[in-house]
Amino acid sequence: MAVVNMEKKQESKRTRIINMILSVVFALICLVYIYPIFLIVTNSLKIESAISTNTAFKLPTADTFAGIANYIYGVTKMDFLSSFLYSLFITVSSVVLIILCCSMCAWYISRVNTLASKAMYYLCIFSMVVPFQMVMFTLAKTADTLKLNTPFNICIIYLGFGAGLAVFMFTGFMKSMPLEIEEAAMIDGCSPIQMFFRVVMPITKPTTISTAILETMWVWNDYLLPTLVLDIKKYRTIPMDIQYFRGSYGSVQMAPMMACIVITIIPVILLYLFCQKYIIEGVVAGAVKG
Amino acid sequence: MEKSVRKYWPVFLLPTLIAFTIGFLWPFIWGIYLSFCKFNTVNKVKFVGISNYTRVFSDSTFVHAFWFTALFTLASTVLINVIAFLIAVLLTRGIKGTNIFRTIFFMPNLIGGIVLGYIWQILLDGLLSNWGLPLLALNEKAGFTGLLILMGWQQIGYMMIIYIAGLQNVSPDLIEAAEIDGATPWQILTKIKIPMVMPSVTICTFLTLTNSFKLFDQNLSLTGGEPAKKSQMLALNIYDTFYARSGGQWKGIGQAKAVVFFLLVVVIALIQLRATRTKEVQA
Repeated sequence: MAVVNMEKKQESKRTRIINMILSVVFALICLVYIYPIFLIVTNSLKIESAISTNTAFKLPTADTFAGIANYIYGVTKMDFLSSFLYSLFITVSSVVLIILCCSMCAWYISRVNTLASKAMYYLCIFSMVVPFQMVMFTLAKTADTLKLNTPFNICIIYLGFGAGLAVFMFTGFMKSMPLEIEEAAMIDGCSPIQMFFRVVMPITKPTTISTAILETMWVWNDYLLPTLVLDIKKYRTIPMDIQYFRGSYGSVQMAPMMACIVITIIPVILLYLFCQKYIIEGVVAGAVKG
Repeated sequence: MEKSVRKYWPVFLLPTLIAFTIGFLWPFIWGIYLSFCKFNTVNKVKFVGISNYTRVFSDSTFVHAFWFTALFTLASTVLINVIAFLIAVLLTRGIKGTNIFRTIFFMPNLIGGIVLGYIWQILLDGLLSNWGLPLLALNEKAGFTGLLILMGWQQIGYMMIIYIAGLQNVSPDLIEAAEIDGATPWQILTKIKIPMVMPSVTICTFLTLTNSFKLFDQNLSLTGGEPAKKSQMLALNIYDTFYARSGGQWKGIGQAKAVVFFLLVVVIALIQLRATRTKEVQA
């Protein structure tokens, strides 16, 4: 007995040492992992003339330190604030619309067993596989014809193209929900619309959060769809703004550019640090269903 | 109950159906039709049969983009999944700081492709110029490696999260039983953990395969297809055919390329799902 205990103790001691080494190794890897972001931050604090490919890794010195001048210049020159607001508005309106319409549609699909509802379900799954390039030209033309080409109604396009994932996730969850609750509510005189908002929506809350997170990550960072649909001279989302100023070669000013990249990243990282639990759960839930 | 819900289809089904038709169904069908046509604007459309498709395969930039994409997809799928799984195994041992490490590894995922591309362009161009090598815009090999690093940086965290969830679902009883039977840690990993997380492997390979194959934003911002379209992937090649080439025939050819691209994605997805699904086991 004593021998077994000794062995166990030795083993756990060895595991502890290995784990400690691993912790240190991982800490170093993590430093390397966030280095690219650190690099952008340091460069965004340098004056324009101190930025070149050769000196990218040098920290700003007293001579090359620019303070927040790049940030002010970048924000005013790139009209960053309006891009930010357009991005925010498009993301919020699209995600709210997607969640509302797709959860209703998914409930219908999971409760009504007709050919039409099955067809809708399989079409949604199909749409998830289709690459955007397949529809980009015709979608942009359709949006133009129907005048869906402003930030205020582009959410309808996002609903159409994002419906696949959302309907799929909601249907998966709703099919596993017990019917008894809904039947009881129906006997008590609940209309389908009341039932959906008072009974079904509260139960599907976890799926709603997961889906909202996945769709938000997509819409907020999407570049090609708004580029093709919106008039770039009038409206620019953040990814469009970055590409518009960086992509036009020649007189690109790198320092304000990097300042803008930093301001683009900051809200995302802050949001992530606060809602980390939900985001990670959302990703896992999305993957398990997928 | 079904009957009373069915009556409400204009409320529940119709909004999504209309948007889905505008945003997906109609553009998809119209796109297939246009791939058989010559057109510059949508008002002047002339049916030309399959000639667009024959032009697609004789376009050397498309063939090059295909091989570039195929090689990239293969390399990134293997790289990302191996590293992500390795990290996931190490981070489920209960070492100190696990949560912080997980947070950091996942973070790049939330940054959009365009921004990621420019971050890495600055970093990689800095490295290349310090090593005295040609910059990304002139260096096809560096473009490929750069895309691979960027893709790894972005996706490893995401896949790691899925693998961690898979590993945490492996029942501790199973592992304990194996330990009592005298299994080594290596045997536990290969004989129990890996077979038990096969569903996660299926999902992660599916996601990495399709993400890499359909990659666009990162390609556009990191290399822009330079030098001379040599680092163009399929999605960027299609975009370039549509919007950067002048001449009446290119839009039709671009649409035909898009159809070919779509079929390739479907084929890859089906093969992959069939291949890994058969390896899944039940506890």
